[in-house]
Amino acid sequence: MSPTDWAKTLQIEAKTPPAAGDLTLVDGSRVAVIGGGPAGSIFSYFLLEMASRVGLELNVDIIEPRDFERPAPVGCNMCGGIISESLVQNLATEGINLPGKVVQRGIDSYMLHMDVGSVRIATPLEEMRIGAVTRGPGPRDVKEMKWESFDYHLMKRSIEAGARVIRGRVDHVEWVAGRPQVRTKGGLPETYDLVAVAMGVNSPGLKLFEGLGLGYERPSSTKTLIREYYLGEEVINRTLGSSMHVFLLDIPRLEFAAIIPKGDYVSMCLLGEDINNALVEEFVNTPEVRACMPPEWKADARSCQCMPHIAVRGVDKPFADRVVFIGDCGVTRLYKDGIGAAYRTSKAAARTAVFEGISEEAFRKHYFPSCRTIANDNLIGKVTFLATRVIQKTRIARRAVLRMTMKEQQKDGSRRRMSGVLWDMFSGSAPYKDIFMRTLHPAFLGGLSWSLVTSLIPMGTKNETEEVVK
Amino acid sequence: MSEGALGKVYQDGEVIVRQGDPGDSMFVVQAGQVRVLAERDGEETLLNVVGTGELLGEMAIFDHKPRSATLRALGETKILTIDKKNFMRRINEDPTIAFRIVETMSQRVRELSDEVVRLKGKE
Repeated sequence: MSPTDWAKTLQIEAKTPPAAGDLTLVDGSRVAVIGGGPAGSIFSYFLLEMASRVGLELNVDIIEPRDFERPAPVGCNMCGGIISESLVQNLATEGINLPGKVVQRGIDSYMLHMDVGSVRIATPLEEMRIGAVTRGPGPRDVKEMKWESFDYHLMKRSIEAGARVIRGRVDHVEWVAGRPQVRTKGGLPETYDLVAVAMGVNSPGLKLFEGLGLGYERPSSTKTLIREYYLGEEVINRTLGSSMHVFLLDIPRLEFAAIIPKGDYVSMCLLGEDINNALVEEFVNTPEVRACMPPEWKADARSCQCMPHIAVRGVDKPFADRVVFIGDCGVTRLYKDGIGAAYRTSKAAARTAVFEGISEEAFRKHYFPSCRTIANDNLIGKVTFLATRVIQKTRIARRAVLRMTMKEQQKDGSRRRMSGVLWDMFSGSAPYKDIFMRTLHPAFLGGLSWSLVTSLIPMGTKNETEEVVK
Repeated sequence: MSEGALGKVYQDGEVIVRQGDPGDSMFVVQAGQVRVLAERDGEETLLNVVGTGELLGEMAIFDHKPRSATLRALGETKILTIDKKNFMRRINEDPTIAFRIVETMSQRVRELSDEVVRLKGKE
């Protein structure tokens, strides 16, 4: 056989679909990615990028019903829209830079508000290290579409890498001759070699996978509330600035609240038990919230509101032969940095599919450890959030935290232990284990104990607090 | 500067890092350009100009040696710092994050080889 004949034979062999039992991706393999949010787009991008590095040609279809170029719920994936410090850095290292048309505001500090006072926690490098984005191009009443949606930006990267986007909602999934077959509403069934499920926990489509005998059950979730307010860029610059405002207030059922300045809008995010409008009303009328919003702001003049669920416990088995669950529908971080977790799980799944195969065993061995790391860290996260709850409920503890943080922020070059812990807790930039271990350091415990003792003495004047706030 | 919302702004000519400084981070140019300069006997020699999206200062993260060059902003520039700790934590979890750095380093070795050939040709 001549070299040309050999080449032809090899090419034909490579393009022939493998048998159903062959659980690897080969040239021409078809991959369906159900959901075009960050998890789906990041998975598609890295799958195609890594495949191209090893000379593998794949056909990737992203199936997504939303249009991320259209404002209002039709193009929004309902999320606070914070890109954590670590995710900003990881994406930049991977060559995925977030330009100014996507990052509506760079965040350089956190402002912690409590009833006992407020304190600004600045990044040591005086750098915009956190990105405030919107998942769609804007709320329902967006006046001018100045910014690009984060989800659309990532989707464009995966399209540039070779993915095809199918606009539609998956309404049927079944296994035919050992392969998954996916049908979009009004479309014909398509057979794939691998299905990556990247749906959020709010997607009704997840039930399609619960009855397939894959051992999959959707993750446990809790309800959050997100409101958007139009303030205008100039007003936001003057009031909220480039700080994310977080609130530790002793309001029953409220665990955590934040106000995130974006371009022309601010997002208000509330997390708690049985969140409803009454709880929101109590929150928006606190002096702490009123003080950081402009005087003319009206709490009921909102542009948009949604009450999405967020996952609080990951699934036990986010994979099977030829199927992998990534992002929120698999395992995510507790309360914080969900997009960062989506990046980590999606990339781990893509790496496994390209280099290790698409069998249940391959995913268990090479994908699941990334999920397990996040899930185990969440257990420690629960303990740290429990401690936050104690602070929230105990006035002396709130004063001690405020005092210790203020002292650190006033001193240049000092080791900012409490500030660092709070920064990482609020921003979700470090693993919970890392944060927890830092709170066990004798210097941290000593500083906190001293602050607790001094907190028994009444706080300084109101002016002293306000000076630091500015 | 509207191109990049992330990072820190440096004015034209401002030093981002100086040759000989300890290196515990690398950088990604978010907007603008950076001049890479070698300092010798108080003189600065231009080695390279690096633009938006490119990585800088990655050598110091891997070889544990002081900065090999001075970085100065060329025009108004926005730079994002990549912490060594965050990067090392991530590389431990996912070694493929280093693909792009290896690619960047390979490209720079290639450019240096071309430069050596060009200089040898001048002799």
